[in-house]
Amino acid sequence: MAGFIIRRLGVMALTALSMTFIVFLLTNLQPNLEKLAKTQAGARITDAEVASWIDRNGYGAPMLTRYGEWLGVLPAPLTTDADGRAIGGRCLRGHPGLAAEEVPRFCGVLQGDWGYSTKFRRPVTEVIAERLQRTGLLMAWAFATMVPLALIVGVLAGMREGSALDRGLSTLSIATTSTPEYVSGVIFVAIFASSMVGLKWFTGSAKSAVEGATFQNFTLPVATVALYGMGYIARMTRASMAEVMTAQYIRTARLKGLSFRAVVLRHALRNALIAPFTVIMLQFPWLLTGVVIVESLFVYPGFGDALVQGAQNNDIDLLLAVSVVAVIVVLATQLLSDIGYAALNPRIRVA
Amino acid sequence: MEPLSWTGALGPWLVPTLEAALIALALAALAHPLALLAGYRMGPGPEASRSGPGRAARLTGGLLRLSLWALAAVIVAFLIGGLLVQPDAKGILGRIATRLWPVWLSLGASFALVALFRRRLGLVGHLLGNPAGAVGLALVMFWVFAALFADQIAPFDPVTDVIAGMKNKPPGTPLPPPGDAAYGYYLLGGDALARDVFSRAVAGARVVLAIAPAATVFAFMVGITLGLPAGYLGGRLDILLSFLANLVLAFPVILLFFLLVTPEIVAMGVPTYMAGALFLFPLIFLTILWNSRFRTRPPLRAALIGATLGLGGWLYAGLAWNADPLGIVSMPAGVLIVFVSVVFVNAPSVFRIVRGLTLDIRTRDYVAAAQTRGEGPWYIMLWEILPNARGPLLVDFCLRIGYTTILLGTLGFFGLGLAPESPDWGTSINAGRGLLQFVPFPPLVPAVAIMSLVLGLNLLADGLREESLKE
Repeated sequence: MAGFIIRRLGVMALTALSMTFIVFLLTNLQPNLEKLAKTQAGARITDAEVASWIDRNGYGAPMLTRYGEWLGVLPAPLTTDADGRAIGGRCLRGHPGLAAEEVPRFCGVLQGDWGYSTKFRRPVTEVIAERLQRTGLLMAWAFATMVPLALIVGVLAGMREGSALDRGLSTLSIATTSTPEYVSGVIFVAIFASSMVGLKWFTGSAKSAVEGATFQNFTLPVATVALYGMGYIARMTRASMAEVMTAQYIRTARLKGLSFRAVVLRHALRNALIAPFTVIMLQFPWLLTGVVIVESLFVYPGFGDALVQGAQNNDIDLLLAVSVVAVIVVLATQLLSDIGYAALNPRIRVA
Repeated sequence: MEPLSWTGALGPWLVPTLEAALIALALAALAHPLALLAGYRMGPGPEASRSGPGRAARLTGGLLRLSLWALAAVIVAFLIGGLLVQPDAKGILGRIATRLWPVWLSLGASFALVALFRRRLGLVGHLLGNPAGAVGLALVMFWVFAALFADQIAPFDPVTDVIAGMKNKPPGTPLPPPGDAAYGYYLLGGDALARDVFSRAVAGARVVLAIAPAATVFAFMVGITLGLPAGYLGGRLDILLSFLANLVLAFPVILLFFLLVTPEIVAMGVPTYMAGALFLFPLIFLTILWNSRFRTRPPLRAALIGATLGLGGWLYAGLAWNADPLGIVSMPAGVLIVFVSVVFVNAPSVFRIVRGLTLDIRTRDYVAAAQTRGEGPWYIMLWEILPNARGPLLVDFCLRIGYTTILLGTLGFFGLGLAPESPDWGTSINAGRGLLQFVPFPPLVPAVAIMSLVLGLNLLADGLREESLKE
């Protein structure tokens, strides 16, 4: 088991390295750097000024060198003016006015410095921490509504395969998986928040949820995130439940004279919930995409919004941090689901 | 002219019927699960489960079925009534039903044909007997025909017909006085640029249905060409390809889209190079396919490979590099970018499915038999393993077209790729979402369109899965 986990962690590190390198490569292409220079130093600057801005701020070195600087394995050069004062360079970003001697030589991820967000003009660590907290709240509520509902629907549908209840609930599950977040969000807002229907139960924007999430401003975003993932978990639970209900030990329990209710609750349920566990864990990365759409639709400044803002403004350090967080979330949930599956199911042993 | 009402002259009769059917349906849908559960609880153990649901449950079940049929009948009555009543008496729904007449005609004709030859059609014929599959097929065919006949259905041009005074108008608004336009109303209202929402939704079907299935086919070509050897040969190749596939899958889809589709990256030509690589796969696939099968018949092999490379190479030059020597084949830049990013995101999942299926099938006896006969590895992969994986792949293909449609909508929703005036559904939702709380129809109509198409594809996939399991 330990060897398995170490091997998986190694693959995870390799994936994160490759992924950040690709993101680094794409965000550091020359036109992207020029765009960054123009958004940072003013849109009307000349080509020569753009070139000097790029050189002065430490974006001029070869790509691999700068990737090493971001990692923290190579020293980042400091640009100084004629008097020896520091005027630019990777390690100076975010600390203007620091004397040249005080600027550290290494300032990469290995030193715990995730860089400086050029869009929000703050250290990336601060931005990410604050945003992850907000998104965590959204995700937690979405999970708390989605998982129990999906499990109930799945178990009810799967306990009698082919019944009218099964057909109805299965069709409902298929309908929710056919409704991406930008569709359900639009429909929810039109029904519950617009002047067309006039219900106006909830607000169509979650901006005020930053100060405090209330039933009124948080219901629609949570419902929108939860809906798309729900159908999938429900279908998996149904399939698993239907399979368990045909198993030998269920027939034995039936023949023993147990009531249908006792068979479902005591014998089938526990075994039927092993497979959906994996699926639920693997929903985390999916939710990440959904969260980006929902935060953008409901104007909620969370992690997904940071991704969109960073990508629109070519905020290199922020995007790198976002992709590291994303890859950790994806791979950690894969690992957890494998370990959990093995722990829940005694028939499976991880080699 | 007066603004149209939703139902026109049919309203006074059909709306109360519709309401009654809906209320009955809601009551039955609530009562039926309760009755079932109560039946299980009170039933004296095994007898209850042997004799099926109790009397109360049977009653609510019957009511549920009855109200569903009633609802379907009312909806059909709306459509047929809308088609038949006098033009002046038509409401918005009736007029839309009338505009869609080519779709009804072709839908009826194709279903009649399928029903006539259902014995000979195999899987498609069986679908008609499966309620979910039949509804899915109908929804998908509806949008396919709507896309085909978009020019006849849409009363206005989706991009250029901007009529002053129609900005953000509600559904059924008549055009302002000098009514010299081809049609008198904006049936589903006007959008923020005073264009007809109905025409844009119909024209959007054409854009979406031109890109999504083709992109899915390309993703399958890439996934099959790489997944078969990864699963069958294994070893280092498998490790490398699986790592790459997992790498792409670990990317948040939207970050990938942003990185690939921003104007600066497009200006560097990154999507074109990716198209150059991805569009090679169908050529490679077909060449290996013919080569492995007709190795023993050189003239036929030469003819087939020559035709593939000649025709495919011509299409390849035109589509990927926009360098068709005859100047016929080309792909607009925006469409190419969208196409490539969607293929790129989908291909790794197809790869994983094909690899898993191959790992399973390569242990079968017929593969061992082919190996004993001395067949080459590519012959076994393409002519022994692939045909036997067709069932799950067909189901996944249907699901994946739906997923690709959702991805296209996501791209449009973030304003990536296609031009901002493009009538495709995602772009329209993006354009309308700012005023969503006040003018809901411009984003609502394309949202419902996406939902119905994807629902159709998912139901179709579900029906296909059920029917192929029965065989």
